[in-house]
Amino acid sequence: MKELDALRSELMTAVKDAAGLDELEQIRVSAFGKKGSITGLMRGLGAMNPEARKEAGQALNALKNEVAEAIEAKKRTSADSELDARLAGERVDVTLPVRSESQGCIHPISQTIDEVVAILGEMEFSVAEGPDIEDDWHNFTALNIPPDHPARQEHDTFYLPGSGDDDRLVLRTHTSPVQIRTMMETKPPIRIIVPGRTYRCDYDATHSPMFHQVEGLVVDESTHMGHLKGCLIEFCRAFFDMDDLPVRFRPSYFPFTEPSAEVDIGCTREGGEFRIGHGDDWLEILGCGMVNPKVLENCNIDPSKYQGFAFGLGVERMAMLKYGIPDLRTFFESDLRWLRHYGFSAFQVPSMVGGL
Amino acid sequence: MKFTFGWLKEHLDTKATLDEVVEKLTMIGLEVDQVHDRAKDLDGFVAARVVEAKKHPDADKLTVCRVDNGTETFEVVCGAPNARTGLIGVFAGSGSYIPGTGITLKPTEIRGVVSNGMLLSEKEVNLGDDHDGIIELPDDTPLGSPVAAALGLADPVIEIEITPNRGDCLGVRGIARDLAATGVGTLKPLDRDPVPGTFESPIKVHLDFDKGTEDACPYFVGRFIRGVKDGESPKWLKDKLTAIGLRPISALVDITNLMTMDLGRPLHVFDAAKVEGDIHVRLSKKGEKLLALDGKEYALDGGMTVIADDEKAEALGGVIGGEESGCTEGTVDIFVESAFFDPVRTAMTGRKLNILSDARYRFERGVDPAFLVDGMEIATRLVMDLCGGEPSELVIAGSEPKWRQSITLRSERIENLGGVKVAKKKIADILSGLGFEAKGSKNGLNVSVPSWRSDIVGEACLVEEVIRIFGYDNIPAIPMDNNGGLPHPALSPDQRRRAMARRLLAGRGLVEAVTYSFLGGAAAALFGGGGESLKLINPISADLDVMRPSLLPNLIAAAARNAARGTADVRLFEIGPIFSGVKPDEQAIAAAGIRSGSSGARNWAEKPRPVDVFDAKGDVLVVLGGLGVAVEKAEIAPEAPDWYHPGHSGVVRLGPKTVLAHFGEIHPRVLRDMDADSPMAGFEIIFDNLPKLKEKKSRARPHLELPQFHAVERDFAFVVDSGVTAAQVINAAEKADKKLIAQVSLFDVFEGGNLGEGKKSLAVNVVLQPVEKTLTDAEIDAIAEKVVANVTKATGGVLRG
Repeated sequence: MKELDALRSELMTAVKDAAGLDELEQIRVSAFGKKGSITGLMRGLGAMNPEARKEAGQALNALKNEVAEAIEAKKRTSADSELDARLAGERVDVTLPVRSESQGCIHPISQTIDEVVAILGEMEFSVAEGPDIEDDWHNFTALNIPPDHPARQEHDTFYLPGSGDDDRLVLRTHTSPVQIRTMMETKPPIRIIVPGRTYRCDYDATHSPMFHQVEGLVVDESTHMGHLKGCLIEFCRAFFDMDDLPVRFRPSYFPFTEPSAEVDIGCTREGGEFRIGHGDDWLEILGCGMVNPKVLENCNIDPSKYQGFAFGLGVERMAMLKYGIPDLRTFFESDLRWLRHYGFSAFQVPSMVGGL
Repeated sequence: MKFTFGWLKEHLDTKATLDEVVEKLTMIGLEVDQVHDRAKDLDGFVAARVVEAKKHPDADKLTVCRVDNGTETFEVVCGAPNARTGLIGVFAGSGSYIPGTGITLKPTEIRGVVSNGMLLSEKEVNLGDDHDGIIELPDDTPLGSPVAAALGLADPVIEIEITPNRGDCLGVRGIARDLAATGVGTLKPLDRDPVPGTFESPIKVHLDFDKGTEDACPYFVGRFIRGVKDGESPKWLKDKLTAIGLRPISALVDITNLMTMDLGRPLHVFDAAKVEGDIHVRLSKKGEKLLALDGKEYALDGGMTVIADDEKAEALGGVIGGEESGCTEGTVDIFVESAFFDPVRTAMTGRKLNILSDARYRFERGVDPAFLVDGMEIATRLVMDLCGGEPSELVIAGSEPKWRQSITLRSERIENLGGVKVAKKKIADILSGLGFEAKGSKNGLNVSVPSWRSDIVGEACLVEEVIRIFGYDNIPAIPMDNNGGLPHPALSPDQRRRAMARRLLAGRGLVEAVTYSFLGGAAAALFGGGGESLKLINPISADLDVMRPSLLPNLIAAAARNAARGTADVRLFEIGPIFSGVKPDEQAIAAAGIRSGSSGARNWAEKPRPVDVFDAKGDVLVVLGGLGVAVEKAEIAPEAPDWYHPGHSGVVRLGPKTVLAHFGEIHPRVLRDMDADSPMAGFEIIFDNLPKLKEKKSRARPHLELPQFHAVERDFAFVVDSGVTAAQVINAAEKADKKLIAQVSLFDVFEGGNLGEGKKSLAVNVVLQPVEKTLTDAEIDAIAEKVVANVTKATGGVLRG
C-alpha cells in the first residue's frame, strides 16, 4: 500500500505541476502507457492470490481513476488557458467600418397610402384602381361636371389628343373617375378607396403637375352624413395618432356630392410654430359629401334606393402635415438625401395592430 | 368676395360681434378667408392739430410743432416737408408702439429740442409706402378722436370664398340673407320702389337672335337718363369701394360697381350720345372687333353675345363694356343696361377672350333672373342722387326667363340622408329664412325655390340647405358598420404582390422614388415610346410632354442628378404606371430599379466593383421569387430591349412570349443621350405579365418529407465552346437523374490558360439526395457518368482532366 500512496503522490504532483498539454500527455503515458507505472502494477495483479488480488485490484483501480480524472481536469484548464492566450493575441480594431451595405427605404407617399389603407381597411373599405388616362365622361360629365361648368375650369386639365377635338382624352384630375368605373361595374353595397396618381396643369411652390389622392366611396341603402362624420373623424384621429384631435365639418360645394363638406382639423400656429391638435386655428384637409343622386343615376344606380358618401384627400398634403415635410415639389425630385431623410424602413409596414 | 362688417350690417340687423359673424359664415359654407382689421395698426393714435409749426433752431430740414390733441399740447420735432400750422395729423404720444417701424416712442432730444411724440406717415402705420410726408386728416376731424374713423378705416374687411354654386352670395345682400336664416340677425328690407319715368326712351332695345339662340340674352331692361352730371363719388361710396380693393373712378362707374358688389346685379352704362340708333343684342359675327374698357381690342368669334348699336358692337354682354360708348366727364345722357346673360355662353366668351371681370364672374355663376327691374330702379335712384338727371320709362325687351320650380322634400330625408333629426317647424323656418316657400304636403314639404337659387335642383340640395343652416356640428358622428364582423383584406392579391415587391426592393437596399408619369419626347423615344397619341396637348414644359413608356428613363435621369450632386453610387426604384397606348388596358404597372456606379463605397475589407448585369438580375429574381413566381420554370434569354447593353442584358420569360422582366446594363449610348455617364444597371418587372394568382381553396402547403439519408456532392468541370450557356450545362446535368439529383449549381467559370481560343470551363456542383437507401460507390459513379454523358451530348463539352 505504501508503494501505491507514493505513486499517487508522485503522479498527482506531476499532474498539478504540469505545464501545458504536452507534459500532461507525457504523464499519461508514464502512468497508463504500455510501460506505464500503473499499467505495470495492473499486470502484477495476475501473480497474486485471489484475495490479495481483489484488495490490491480495488486500490489500484481507485488510483487509476483518480489519476485519469486529474489528468483530464488539468487538460481542460490547460486548454482553456492556451485558448485565452491565443485569443488575447487576436485583437482587431472593432471601430473599423463594416462591409459596404446599402440601406433602402420606402417613399413617404407609399407609406402614407399604406397608412390610409390600413386605417380604412379596418372599416371594410377595399382598394380599387383605374386608369390615369381617362375620357372626359368618366373624369367630368359622369361626376356631374358638365362641359361649361365653372368647376371644370378650375381643374387645370392636361389633355391628350384622343381621336379628335370632341373626343379629347384627359389625365385624370382626381381619383373620382374610379368611383364611376366601380359603380358601373359592381352592384351596391360598395365600399372602396382609390389611391392613385392625379394630374393638374399647374406648377408652383404649392402645386405639382402630378400628385396623389385617395378617394373613398360608400354606396348602400342607409349610409348618411352621420356615418360620413364617424368614418372621417375616426380616420383623422387614427392617421395623426391623436385620440382627441378636433375635427370639424363645414358646408362646401363639389358637383359630385350633395350635401358637401370640407373637413378641418385643429391646429395652432402659436409662436410661429405649426402644430396639429388643439389650438385656436383650423386646417382644411379633405373634401367629402353624400354622393350626388345625379352621379348615381349616371352610373345606372337607382338614387331612390341607394345613397352613400364620397371623400377625397391629398396624399402629399397628409404626409406633409404628419411628417413635417415643408415642400410639395421635393416629393418628386428623387434626391437621395431627401428620400433617406423622409423615407421609411422596408419593415415598418403600417397596420392598426402594429401601429402607423 | 370682399365686404366690410359695416356694409354687411346695412343689410343685416344684428347685435353679433365680428368674431361671431365670421365663425357663422364659415360654418354655413361661406368660408372666411381672412378678416382684415385695418384699424388695428392705428390703435391708440388720435387726431391732433399742429397749432404752431416753426423751424428747428439748429436743423434746416426739421420743424418744431406744437401739437394739440384736444386735451393737452406737446412739442414734437418733425422732419416731414408738409408739417405746417393748422394741419390735423395722426399723433402718437410717448410710450406708443409704432407698428411700421417696430419702435416704442420715448421723449428724445433732437439737436437740443425734446420731442414728445410723433406725427405719423402712412408707412409708419402700415397703410402704404408713403413716407414723404405725414398723414393729413380732414379739417373737421374732432381732436383727440381715434384716427381710424377719420381715415375711413374703422370698418374691418371680411374676405370670403364663395363656392361656384353660390352666385347669389356674390352680393353682400345674399350673404346677409344666409346669415339671417341662421338667426344671427334679421334681413333688413330693401327699398325697391319704382322711380317713375317721365318720358319715353329715344333708344329702343331689340333682341336680335336666331331661333334656338334666344337664351343668350332672353331679358333686357334699359333706361335712358338725361341730363346727368358725372363726377367724383361721395366719401361713403369711395370708402366702400376702396375697402374692397376697387379704385373709385367716377360716380356712374362707381354706382355700377356698387350694384355688382352689393346686390350681385351687374349693370352697364352707355354714353347715350355715342349710341348710333337703337340697341341690338345679338350674337357676334366671326371677325368682328371690339375695343374694350380695359383698353384692349378683341377679335370676336362667332356666337358671343354683344350689345350693339345700329353700327357695331359696343359691349360684350355680361363680360365687359366697350371703350367707345363708355361714359366720360362730358357725358350728359346715359343709357343703363340691366340684362340677363346665359351663364354658359358668358363663361365661354370670357374664357376664349381670357377676360376676367366681376360681371362675367357673376353671370357665369348665375345672377337673379327676377331682379332686373328692381336692380334698375335702385340704380336709377343712385344715379339721380349722385349725378342728378331725369329717367325715362323702362325699356323692356324679352321676358323673365323661367326660373320657378318646386321640389318635394320628405322631412325624413333630413335624418336618413343628412344624419340629423330636425323638427318640421325648424325645417320650414330655415327654408323660409333662405327665401324658399315651404308648404306642408302629403309627402312632406312642397318647396318653391327662390329666383336667385338656380343651384337648387333636387331634394338633396334642400337637405343640404337645411342641415347647413342647422349646423353640420349638430350631426352626430356614427361609426361605420362593419356588418358585425372583422374586416376582409383591403388589397387584392395583385395589389398585395405590388406592395410586397416594394418592400422587397427596399429591403435589398434600393431607395424608392416617385417620379412624374411624363417625360420629354426624346427620352421616351430611347425607351420605345414618344408616340403622338401619348403626347400631352398642354404640357407644363417641353421636357414633360409624353406619357412614359418605361420607368427607367426617369430613374436614370434621377440617378444622374444625384451623381451630379456627388452621390455616384445610386440605388433607386419605382413602382408605377407605364403607358403603351391611351386605352385603359394599355396602361401597365411596373417595378423598375437602377443601380449606378460601384457595388459599394470604398471599403477596407471588400473592394468595390462596377455595378453590372448580375446586380440587376439579382433584383429581378429576388422580387419574382418573393412574389411566389416559379422562377425555376422561367427562361432567361439574352433578348432584352435595345436600351440595354446587347451583351450584358436579358429577359425573364415564361413561355415564348410572356416577358416578366428585363434586366441588364443600360446601353452606353442611351446613357450618353441622357447625359448620364456613370455605368448603370437596371431592370423592369411588368406586373401585368406575371402569372395570375389562382384563387386557392386551401392554404395548406404540400407535405414536407425530410430525407433520411445523407446527401452526396460531386463537382464536375466541363470544357465547352464559349457560346455554350451555363443554363445549357445545368439543364443537361439535371436531366441525368431526375429522381436523385436534387440540385445542380454552377460555381466557376474559367477562360484562357491552356483551354485555347473559343473555349471556356464551366464547373458545376451536383447534389445527389438518396431517397430510399444510402448510395453505393458504384451507383454514384453511374450517375456521375450519366451527368458527363448528358452534358457532352447537349453541349459538346468534355470533362476537364
